Amino acid sequence: MSHEQTPQIHGATAGGQDLDRADAALPARFEDPGLPEHRLRQADIDPAADKRAERQVVAMFALSVIGTVGFLIAYFALPPGETVASMRLSNIALGLSLFLAMFGIGAAAVHWAKTLMSDHERQEARHPQRSDAATREAALATLREGAEDSGIGRRGVLKGAVVSAVALAPLTVAVPLIGEVGGDWNVSKFRHTLWERGKRLARDPSGEPIRAADVTIGSVFHVIPENLREADHWIEEKAKAVVLMVRMDPRDLKEPTERAGWSYDGIVAYSKICTHVGCPVALYEQQTHHLLCPCHQSTFDMSDGAKVVFGPASRPLPQLPITVDDEGYLIAQDDFDEPIGPSYWERLR
Amino acid sequence: MSTVNRAAGGTADYLDQRTGVGLAVKSFARKIFPDHWSFLLGEIALYSFVVLLISGVFLTMFFVPSMTLVTYDGPFAAMNGVEMSEAFASTLALSFEVTGGLLMRQIHHWAALLFMASIVTHMMRVFFTGAFRKPREINWLVGFVLMILGLAAGFSGYSLPDDVLSGNGLRITDGVVKSIPVVGSYMSYMIFGGEFPGEHIIPRLFTLHILVIPGLILALIGLHLFLVVLHKHTQYPGPGRTDRNVVGYPLFPVYVAKAGGFFFIVFGVIALMAGTMTINPVWNYGPYDPSPVGAGAQPDWYMLFLEGALRLMPGTGTEWVIAGYTLSLNVLIPAVIVPGLLFTALALYPFIEAWASGDKREHHVLDRPRNAPVRTASGVAILTAFFVLLVAGANDLVATHFALSLNDLSRLFRVLFFVAPVIAFVVTKRICLGLQRKDRELVLHGHETGRIVRFANGEYVEVHKPLDQYERWLRVNYDAHRPLELLPAEDERGVRRKGYRRDALRARVSRFFYEDRVEPVTPAELAAAQSHGEHDALGGAEHGDPTLLQAAANIKPEHGGNPAGEVVAGPRTPRH
Repeated sequence: MSHEQTPQIHGATAGGQDLDRADAALPARFEDPGLPEHRLRQADIDPAADKRAERQVVAMFALSVIGTVGFLIAYFALPPGETVASMRLSNIALGLSLFLAMFGIGAAAVHWAKTLMSDHERQEARHPQRSDAATREAALATLREGAEDSGIGRRGVLKGAVVSAVALAPLTVAVPLIGEVGGDWNVSKFRHTLWERGKRLARDPSGEPIRAADVTIGSVFHVIPENLREADHWIEEKAKAVVLMVRMDPRDLKEPTERAGWSYDGIVAYSKICTHVGCPVALYEQQTHHLLCPCHQSTFDMSDGAKVVFGPASRPLPQLPITVDDEGYLIAQDDFDEPIGPSYWERLR
Repeated sequence: MSTVNRAAGGTADYLDQRTGVGLAVKSFARKIFPDHWSFLLGEIALYSFVVLLISGVFLTMFFVPSMTLVTYDGPFAAMNGVEMSEAFASTLALSFEVTGGLLMRQIHHWAALLFMASIVTHMMRVFFTGAFRKPREINWLVGFVLMILGLAAGFSGYSLPDDVLSGNGLRITDGVVKSIPVVGSYMSYMIFGGEFPGEHIIPRLFTLHILVIPGLILALIGLHLFLVVLHKHTQYPGPGRTDRNVVGYPLFPVYVAKAGGFFFIVFGVIALMAGTMTINPVWNYGPYDPSPVGAGAQPDWYMLFLEGALRLMPGTGTEWVIAGYTLSLNVLIPAVIVPGLLFTALALYPFIEAWASGDKREHHVLDRPRNAPVRTASGVAILTAFFVLLVAGANDLVATHFALSLNDLSRLFRVLFFVAPVIAFVVTKRICLGLQRKDRELVLHGHETGRIVRFANGEYVEVHKPLDQYERWLRVNYDAHRPLELLPAEDERGVRRKGYRRDALRARVSRFFYEDRVEPVTPAELAAAQSHGEHDALGGAEHGDPTLLQAAANIKPEHGGNPAGEVVAGPRTPRH
């Protein structure tokens, strides 16, 4: 990329050869011409313009007063009411009048500053940030004197004592905080869900159990365990136990031998919690049997073990083994055989 | 003396006897600040923060940060009988029952978006003008931490209404936290007080959102502004503006009116947005439930780049099991490593550049972005990567709005994330160098006037009007840093020098920054250009610097073999 320097080299040679005679007289760099001459504004020259600007400022302040009065009127006259429409009306009336009340003041002040206040540019000197050598020396001397007074240099045992005491004292806050902040810290709860042998599959959110006969081909069911609400911490349990169930033509279904019998007559049930970062995977496409996570677009093939066909998820959705009970209701054969949801460090331990 | 004057005088005397405030008034009231529209970006951030405080205090009066379940029974008929947390119910009450409550909610949310947007654009202004250079590196870091705190404030507040959208956002956070090696599961427990979602997260976020984070932001804003006053504000380059002065208007009354007025303008515009544009209508989303999810959902814009990174990372083969422990690179890389690298690069940039330039001077006059081509190009490259992730975070909406394949779009963004920043870097650097050459050409040959002159021998030339000294100064007043020289590896006795490898790296980085450069025009070059550019003198000798034009005026027009036309058409860079 050396050609970048061409202009510089070109300039240098041109200057060097042509101007040997003039070089001595010219400085190496241009000199700052200094501030340009001040230009007067219309309001500085023309008293009528000055008066006009003043009237404009007053008008803008008046606009603000009108806005404030309007806001108060809207507050009393337009309560949000019972419907989304009345709420919107209240909101827009309050919002527009508040805009006037605030913007009026702002526009007036800025217009005032720009047209009527002095616009002569002024200069102030800057000083280097560093303090001068004498100040630095004096500061160091002060510190040395203080350290000397404290005796910290001579009494080594004091140094150790103060450091240990101050370092240990925060434990009084940190230990109880860390001890309690994570509840019981029992992370093995990630492994288990409410599903167990014989647990009926129920509709989310009504909780009605589902008969296999009611599940038509192509339909999708959002499923929770029956009697979910009777569980302790049912929301946490629901967050792990939600299942998405679909029925397809059994001929479309590819089932590995170790999972033979996990489906029932074309009905398959998979954890609804994405193995990526845990969004509920909810968009089912009937034609392709693909299930799409709306959060990050991981796509799973429900006809082929919920394998990942696209997106950031790495693992298939865990499958819930199902069958039917004597009354024809769908039941779980067992809990999931792996932790549901996103991966974590100890997942396989 | 009027009563008002007497009262004011009395108060001033009372205060001064007890605080000595007179000294502060004397030194600060007429303090000079320079003027430029881009200095308002930081002010917008400050003022939207004040609006956030005002509207936030209003909201805390009515919001109940509790996850206790209640059954809704209120004016919004669609939600009657629905089970929800008190947090969600009180958010509905704020919207439907408190007059002005919805306006305050929307003001708060819009102000938060504006707060982050103005912080980011303010940071871009500081970056591209080199305002972070010595002595302001510390203030750059303070500003950087403020940006991170702004993200934390936005995130913690966004989740408070406990609606289904923000609840799924928290669930994504939980998934990301779990992917952290060794401590991930425990960090998830620490955040949620047990398993997700638990009943602690809303009250915990509330305390962070209304006490801890705003407290830190306030303290750091104080420090940020203190340092601005201590350093005195930077100024754009121009005639009369140097590193040893500050040119502008006095704080009182000009900036009291301008900046004070600008607060009301910002407040007014946010109120206008809140009054006319719906944001986060949680009553449409419904309360949090672990099962449902909405399609086409997006986080607030400042979180979109993280969402985009999560979406782009391919999952195949990126989850590794090492000795039985699971390492989710498909989550760690986009959610932790990529933003970590982007942010670290941003935080450390002033130190990297200072290391590469070896420049230890104080700088108070800003750079024009073109005069620091590699810095400008690096900034644009980082922004491009950020922007690709941002759009990728909305790839589903892009796909549905433009009827494109979502999968193809994601693949395209995967490529663009790596390719686009490189292209942006090269193109930006070219543009900067081109603009610098254009500056040189303008200084050397002046503005085109459109006036064509025919000489007696039939030669046509266009008259160029030389720059006046003020315009010229703007275009020649910069330093083109040269790369640092590398001392030889061995000293004169042939002994290998200590620290040679570090110096070699430094020289390489320095070459990357400063090898390609365009030097400013010197007076000698200008005189040379004018000595054989007689047509320049025709049009504008009266405007130019008389001493420099002397040579030009003394030279008679030469014709025939003289390459006068060539100089006009000379080495010219295409306009961009």
